[in-house]
Amino acid sequence: MEFFRIRKDIPFMRHALVFNVISLITFLLAVFFLINKGLHFSIEFTGGTLLEVNYAQAPDLGKLRKQMEMDGFTDTQVQNFGSSRDVLIRVPLSKDAGTSKVGDRVMASLARVGSGGTADSAGAVAAPSLKRVEFVGPQVGKELASDGAMALLLVVCGIVLYLAMRFEWRFAISAIIANLHDVVIILGFFALFQWEFSLPVLAAVLAVLGYSVNESVVVFDRVRETFKKKRGLTTPQVLDHAITSTISRTIITHGCTQMMVTSMLIFGGPALHYFALALTIGILFGIYSSVLVASPLVMWMGVSREQFIQVKVEKQEAVV
Amino acid sequence: MNRYPLWKNITVLIAVVLGLLYTLPNFFGEAPAVQVASVKSTHKVDAKLMAKVEDALKGASVTPQGIVLDLNSVRVRLADTDSQLKARDVIERALNPVAADATYSVALNLVSNSPNWLTGIHALPMYLGLDLRGGVHFLLQVDMQGALTKRLDSIGADLRSLMRDKNIRHGGIGREGQSVAIRFREAETREKARVVLADSQPDLLLVDAQDGADVKLVATLKPEAQKRIQEFAVKQNITTLHNRINELGVAEPVIQQQGADRIVVQLPGVQDTAKAKDILGRTATLEVRMVDDEASASPAVMEQAARGQPPPGTEYYVERGGRGLLLKRQVVLTGERLTDAQPGFDNQTHEAAVHLSLDSAGARIFKDLTRDNVGKRMAILLIEKGKGEVVTAPVIRTEIGGGRVQISGRMSTMEANDVALLLRAGSLAAPMEIIEERTIGPSLGADNIAKGFHSTLWGFSAISAFMIVYYVLFGTVSVVALSANLLFLVALLSLLQATLTLPGIAAIALTLGMAIDANVLINERVREELRNGSTPQAAITAGYERAWATILDSNVTTLIAGIALLIFGSGPIRGFAVVHCLGIMTSIFSSVVVSRAMVNLIYGRRRKLEALSIGQIWKPGLAAK
Repeated sequence: MEFFRIRKDIPFMRHALVFNVISLITFLLAVFFLINKGLHFSIEFTGGTLLEVNYAQAPDLGKLRKQMEMDGFTDTQVQNFGSSRDVLIRVPLSKDAGTSKVGDRVMASLARVGSGGTADSAGAVAAPSLKRVEFVGPQVGKELASDGAMALLLVVCGIVLYLAMRFEWRFAISAIIANLHDVVIILGFFALFQWEFSLPVLAAVLAVLGYSVNESVVVFDRVRETFKKKRGLTTPQVLDHAITSTISRTIITHGCTQMMVTSMLIFGGPALHYFALALTIGILFGIYSSVLVASPLVMWMGVSREQFIQVKVEKQEAVV
Repeated sequence: MNRYPLWKNITVLIAVVLGLLYTLPNFFGEAPAVQVASVKSTHKVDAKLMAKVEDALKGASVTPQGIVLDLNSVRVRLADTDSQLKARDVIERALNPVAADATYSVALNLVSNSPNWLTGIHALPMYLGLDLRGGVHFLLQVDMQGALTKRLDSIGADLRSLMRDKNIRHGGIGREGQSVAIRFREAETREKARVVLADSQPDLLLVDAQDGADVKLVATLKPEAQKRIQEFAVKQNITTLHNRINELGVAEPVIQQQGADRIVVQLPGVQDTAKAKDILGRTATLEVRMVDDEASASPAVMEQAARGQPPPGTEYYVERGGRGLLLKRQVVLTGERLTDAQPGFDNQTHEAAVHLSLDSAGARIFKDLTRDNVGKRMAILLIEKGKGEVVTAPVIRTEIGGGRVQISGRMSTMEANDVALLLRAGSLAAPMEIIEERTIGPSLGADNIAKGFHSTLWGFSAISAFMIVYYVLFGTVSVVALSANLLFLVALLSLLQATLTLPGIAAIALTLGMAIDANVLINERVREELRNGSTPQAAITAGYERAWATILDSNVTTLIAGIALLIFGSGPIRGFAVVHCLGIMTSIFSSVVVSRAMVNLIYGRRRKLEALSIGQIWKPGLAAK
C-alpha cells in the first residue's frame, strides 16, 4: 500500500505568502481571544477548593446551587463531570473560606439538600459520596504560574540552542517561531471555548512544543541533505523537495500519534479530556506550522546553499 | 551484509530478558495484608514481635500465607479480605491490650503477590501514586517567620535574666518585628551590655540606635543562625509528623521535605481527612512536675488512686515500666523552655543519659526548683492528646544550675536515644499551614487505572493494525519494537519505583504514539532507497543509517521539553515528565537497535535478496504493479 504517489515536488513555496498570512490571522485571533476572554485556569493555579461527589441518582443541580448559596458560598460553580450523577463543585478562595476546612463545610451543605428539599420531580436527594477533594492555597498557584513560564522559557532556549548548534541559527529561529505560534493557538482555543486550563494541559502544551519541533527538524534535515547533494536548485526548489519527500512520513507519524490521542479522548474519561484535546490541537497545527510556516520563514531569512558547504578559499600567492 | 555482531544481539536479548523480569511483578496483582509497625520509638519491631504475631494468629486459627519482617514492620499476607479483617482484629487485641494506649499500629495494606525470588532481585510492581490508589495528600508550609519570632521571644526572655544576673540596668527589652531592642539610659551601660551579649549570645548581631533620649541596642539574628533555626524547625516538624502519623495506622506514609520550607505528607488509603488533619495539627508538650513522695509511699492511697480517686491536689500517672506515681498538679516547667535534647553518657558513671538544654528562664526555674527539693523526686511528663506519660522520675541529688540537665539511670543507650528523640519531637518547632490538600477515593483510583489502561491499549492496537497493513513485515517489526519499548518503560518504572500517576499513564500512551515516529522514518527511508533503485540489502543499511541522524535530532528536542518539565514541574507534571523522559530514551534503543536486530535476523543472511516485505513501492513513471 502506498498513500503518497507524488510525481513532482509540490510547489509549496509558491504559496508561502498565503500560508504566512493564514497563520498570522489565526495567531492574531488566538491572541485576541486570550486577551479578551482570558484562560479559564483550574484551581491548581487560582487556589480554591474542588470537590467531586457521586450521587446514587442524578441530582438537580439548581437545588444544589441554591443550598450552597444559602449556606454562604458565593461564586461557586456546580456542574456535572463525566456523567449526570457525578458533580463537580468549585469554591474559589476567599478570606473566610480560604482554609482547608471548606471541603467539610461543602459536604455538610450538600447533605442538607436532601433533608430540606421538597419531594418534587427529582425526588429527595440522598447525601452524595465523596470521590475527590482538592484544596490549593494561594501560595501554590502563583508559583505554578511562574514555574510554568520558566519551563516554557527553558524549552524555547534549549531548542533554539540545540538547533542553532546542529543546523543554523535561521533554522532555529524559524522553528521556534513556528512552534510558539502553535502554543499560542492552543491557548487561543482554550480561551475561546473556556476549556479548563490545568497542570496536565500545561504539560501537554510543552510536550507538543517538543514534538512539533521534531517535525521541523525532519524537514530541515532534508533541506540540509538536499543542499549538499543536489546542485543547481534554487532555495525554494530545495525546500519544496525536502517537504515533498518527507510529507508521507509527516502524515503517517502524526496520524499514528493522533490515533493514540484519540483513544485517550475516547477512553480516558474526564480527567484526561482536556489533556487529549490540547494534544489534538497541537498535533493538527503542528503539521501545518512546522511544514508551512517554518519553511517559508527560513526562506525569508535567506537560507542558502553556501551556509552548508564549506567554501574553499583559495589563497593567492603573492608575487614578490 | 546486514548482520549484527554477536555482542549486539546478546545485548538486545539481555535487555529484553531483564525487561520481562522486571515487568513481571506487575502481573501478579496484590494480596490483602496486615502491617504491624511500632508507634512508640522505644518498642522495636524485631523477630520477637513476629513470633508474637504468629502465635496470636495460630491461637485464633487464622492461617497466614506468609509473614515477612522488614526494616520497620511485620507484614502478614492473607488469602482474602475477610481473613484480613479477622487477622487485624486478632493482632490488634494481642499487641494492644489497652486500646487507648496503643504500642503498635496495625494497618490494612496490600502486598505484592509476586514470588519471593522476584522480590529478592528487587523486582517490584510499579509504585502507584495517590490518584491511582486513593488516599490523602497534604502539602504543609512551615511558618518560617513564626519559627524566628518564637526564637526571638525566648531570646528576649534570656536577655532579661542575663541583664539581671550581670547587674546591668536597662530601660526595657522587647521584640520589635524581627529584632529585639534593649533600651538604656546612658551609652556607658550599653557598652557594658554589648560586651556581655557578645560573649553569651554569639547568634546575635548587635547594632546601636537612638530613640529620643534613650540609647538602644538592637539585636537581630545573624543570617547563618536564622538559616540554622529554620532548617531545624523543618526537621523537627518532620520528626513530629512521623511520630503522629504512626498512630494513624497508615501502611506506607510518605513524609518528605519539599523545597526549603514545605513538607509533603501522603497517606495512601486514608479517607478520613478530618482525623488526619486533627492529628497533623496537634501539639505535644513536655511538663516537669514534682512527685508527691509521701502519698506515693502509702500503698492504700496508691490503690485508691489507681481506681481513679487520687488525693486532692495530685494526679495519678503510670511510670514507664508500669509503676504508679502520684504527681502534684502544679506544673513547674513546660517544654517551651527546652531548647535541645541529645543522647549521651554520664561523665562519672558512663551510664547512658539524655542531656537537656534549657533556655535561661528555664534554667533559673530549674535551679530554684532543685535547690529547694534536694532528695525529692521530680517527674518529666510527655503530654499528648491530653494524655500524659511519665518519661522518667529521677531523684534530685544536688542543685542544678546553668540550664544543662541530665537524665540518667536505668536506661540503655537505645532508650536514651529514644527519649531524646521523644523530647525533641514532642512539639512542633514552628506552626504549619495546609496549603494543598487532595483526597482521592479508592474507587476513583481504580477507575483512573482502568481508563489509562484502556486508552493505551486501544491506541496501541490501532497503531499496530495500521503499521502491519501499511508496512507488512517491516510494520510487524516496528510493532514488536514498540512493544519492546513499552516493556522497557514499564520495567524501568518498576525498577526505579518512580511514582506512577494518571498523567504518567497518559505519558506512556503519548510516548508510544510519538515513538512510532522513528520506525516510520526508517521504513519510509528504506522505501525511498528502494524507489531510487538500491538493492534490498543496501536499502536496509542506508535506510537505517540516514534515518538515525534525524531520529537523534528529533528525540533530543523532545527530551529538552521533557527535562524542562522535570525541573520546573511539581505534582502531576512531574509524574508526566519522568515517564516522558524515560520513554524517549527507551524508544531510541528499541526503535533503532531492537528493530534493526530483528530485520538483520530476518534478511541479513540472504545473499540474493530480491525484494523486501515493506508494502507496495510506487515509482513515478511506472504503472502501479
